[in-house]
Amino acid sequence: MTVIFKKTKGLTDKPLTYCPGCTHGIIHRLVAEVLEELNVLDRSILIASVGCSVMSYDFFNCDSIQAAHGRAPAVATGVKRVRPDSIVFTYQGDGDLASIGTGEIVQAAHRGENITVIFVNNAIYGMTGGQMAPTTLPGQITTTSPYGRDVKTQGEPIKVSELMATIPGTYYVERVMTADPVSVRKAKTAIKKAFQNQVDGKGFSMVEVLSSCNIGWGLNPVDSLKYIKEDMASYFPLGVYKDKGKI
Amino acid sequence: MKGRVIFNEDTCKGCGLCVNACPMKILALDLTRVNKIGYTPAHCFDMDKCIACTNCALMCPDSCITVERLDV
Repeated sequence: MTVIFKKTKGLTDKPLTYCPGCTHGIIHRLVAEVLEELNVLDRSILIASVGCSVMSYDFFNCDSIQAAHGRAPAVATGVKRVRPDSIVFTYQGDGDLASIGTGEIVQAAHRGENITVIFVNNAIYGMTGGQMAPTTLPGQITTTSPYGRDVKTQGEPIKVSELMATIPGTYYVERVMTADPVSVRKAKTAIKKAFQNQVDGKGFSMVEVLSSCNIGWGLNPVDSLKYIKEDMASYFPLGVYKDKGKI
Repeated sequence: MKGRVIFNEDTCKGCGLCVNACPMKILALDLTRVNKIGYTPAHCFDMDKCIACTNCALMCPDSCITVERLDV
């Protein structure tokens, strides 16, 4: 027997604090596997965000800093500038990156900082109990939009990848999802490319991962994967939005 | 038998994503047992049919699954 899949060394033995079926765990594993495969685990620095992923510094087997809400790209900028040989990445949710931290991420991208941003979009504020986020889909029911998000009064969801692709300083922007084994494999390819860009000194890379929040959405884990595939992916189209390496 | 899946049952949260991902439909939640963190862990009830595709391990959010392939 040959072992063809086992838990990566990039994750610690600490049990994840996420709800059962939360795809945060899958994205954690993908990032950790990529760090291990690129052999940069010992020089990686995670900038953790605020949200469900606030405890992620406990789970990644690398050095980490817990940034204030939304400020992870600003902290990452500082860390990368004083330690240019380190692989610096932020792991942010949509409440962190697309709401309170919109200013920081846009400015960091304009400066073209050589960092990697993993943006987990689950269309809801998961940690605080399922409130409406800037990325909540039109008509989606949350605890603060009990009749569904009304775009006339609450606006349209922010399409972060499209926004970031228009910024001249970004090098690579892709949106992927974690709805089935095929899309998880594609997500890993995208994350690996984002980290490889940083290793090669190319510049700002961001991967947006459509994730689930089965508790916040009021669905079971399997149905929430269907929701990603059918509802979220139709509003947030998947694909490479920018790759300066291919121009 | 082409492969074998090994579950770390103590960290399984019984979400059922592996059960959903298995193309051979040989995984299930064991509703007769409760693990030490209070969930009903997933298990394989027909290991002979395992094709070692690693789909279950790819979808496991808690990295509980190790997959082995039989050497030919």
